[in-house]
Amino acid sequence: MSEIVLETREIVRDYHIGGGLFRQGRTIHAVKGVSLKLEKGKTLAIVGESGCGKSTLARMITMIDAPTSGELLIDGEKVDIAKKGLTSELRRKVQIVFQNPYGSLNPRQKIGDVLMEPLIINSNIPVSERRERAMQMLKKVGLAPEHFNRYPHMFSGGQRQRIAIARALMLNPRLLVLDEPVSALDLSVQAQVLNLLADLQDEFGLTFVFISHDLSVVRYIADEVMVMYFGEAVEYGTRDEVFSDPKHDYTKTLFAATPRADVESIRARLAKKAA
Amino acid sequence: MSLLEIENLTVEFDTAAGKLRAVDGISLSVEEGEVLAIVGESGSGKSVSMLAVMGLLPWTATVTADRMTFQGRDILNLSPAERRRIAGNDIAMIFQEPVASLNPCFTVGFQIEETLREHTDLDRAARRRRAVELLQSVGVPEPEDRLGAFPHQMSGGQCQRVMIAIALACGPKLLIADEPTTALDVTIQKQILDLLMDLQAKTGMGLILITHDMGVVAETADRVVVQYMGRKMEEADVLSLFEKPKSAYTRALLSALPENAVGDRLPTVSDFAFDDTPYTGART
Repeated sequence: MSEIVLETREIVRDYHIGGGLFRQGRTIHAVKGVSLKLEKGKTLAIVGESGCGKSTLARMITMIDAPTSGELLIDGEKVDIAKKGLTSELRRKVQIVFQNPYGSLNPRQKIGDVLMEPLIINSNIPVSERRERAMQMLKKVGLAPEHFNRYPHMFSGGQRQRIAIARALMLNPRLLVLDEPVSALDLSVQAQVLNLLADLQDEFGLTFVFISHDLSVVRYIADEVMVMYFGEAVEYGTRDEVFSDPKHDYTKTLFAATPRADVESIRARLAKKAA
Repeated sequence: MSLLEIENLTVEFDTAAGKLRAVDGISLSVEEGEVLAIVGESGSGKSVSMLAVMGLLPWTATVTADRMTFQGRDILNLSPAERRRIAGNDIAMIFQEPVASLNPCFTVGFQIEETLREHTDLDRAARRRRAVELLQSVGVPEPEDRLGAFPHQMSGGQCQRVMIAIALACGPKLLIADEPTTALDVTIQKQILDLLMDLQAKTGMGLILITHDMGVVAETADRVVVQYMGRKMEEADVLSLFEKPKSAYTRALLSALPENAVGDRLPTVSDFAFDDTPYTGART
């Protein structure tokens, strides 16, 4: 029996849009009661179109936003940041990597400082050891020690995403939330980053929540798949279940929309065009 | 006669560290009614070479070519005024970020009519009618109402449709689409690609599709040019490219597709030791 790292029970998030003098306020139900369970060392992929609430769910799991109702359990313990606030112990357990590596790094901060900052905020490790750890992490994600004193603009997109991953791993998290980590990257760079993530998962026993709209990536990386549509989880199961036998209409649409790069489908298309 | 012919195109940028060669001796041609895909990683010069065709590069760029013709007419040494008559009229381009390429201060109706005002003699009412028609043809619901909408009131997919409407306003002979679906979801991507292919088939225009997504190439292209580090690595029709890629770089690129993963690891381009002498088949 393996341990459950992350569990949510009927988690809900509403956003209120304030009314004005002439307008009534509205409530947007971004996430409508999602329940999930994730074991240690596994990868859950959350798929859906933009606006379906997958990033909102990620923000709740990362404890950036508090859920409106429902329960969030991390390592079997109930977490409620709305009432009790967020401890550095909890922050250490869950980290996030965002979609746009250009936007998530401070352009005026050197890479070394980027990596050491989580330690300064969340721990009292002395300076020399912080430096040591940052250097090690740089090597782990495939960068070199001489990158320590460089600024983000000196790196390519793939390298910046490596830096963002390194920063997230500095605190030895249990759970890593990846919000579309490769959708801004090229095909070949995307393959490198996906390999890196797989290696790191093995090495640190990480649990991943992987958000994406690219089904070919999901099929490659995920153990479990959740398909979200308008704030609801319309499909949830193991990868093979979802891919071999999609039940919900939206999942079927999604599969049909994914471009196919095999020779047979090209032939079929060309034949159709000639006709 | 080809619609667009480029021979030995080179683009260099003046930078603080000296000259940077972004495009190095690219030759390609597009026929009428043909869909040509240009594939490559970022930095492979695929966008820069098409920006050179449109004359949209900044002054730091030096463009040289043995030949660059559109419908047999030289477009390398045009005066700015002549170029403006062609760009947006006979050759149109759509870009990657639909929301960023529309002007947030003007309604989409104004922006569609602007192109018509520049390139045609239609009067105000006729321009209006044409704008409604265009929006209808790109599948925007309630086109009369949407003319008054600002870009921020529309979704990304809708904005890309408006961009396509602007590009098609004057019935171009050649449409250059620079990563038109990269910023969009798969379901929306499918809709936009279907729309582009549909319009291309209807109007018989030439279409150059710049992308890094092999899936998109497989679904749309007739012919493919693979570019790497500013050079052309391979040119082939789409079927033979996927069936038996000639250059090692193309093979590397195809095997990096997640659906082609063997076992636990994805092969990456750097795993392949390919000589980077470019493929020169078409340059003889």
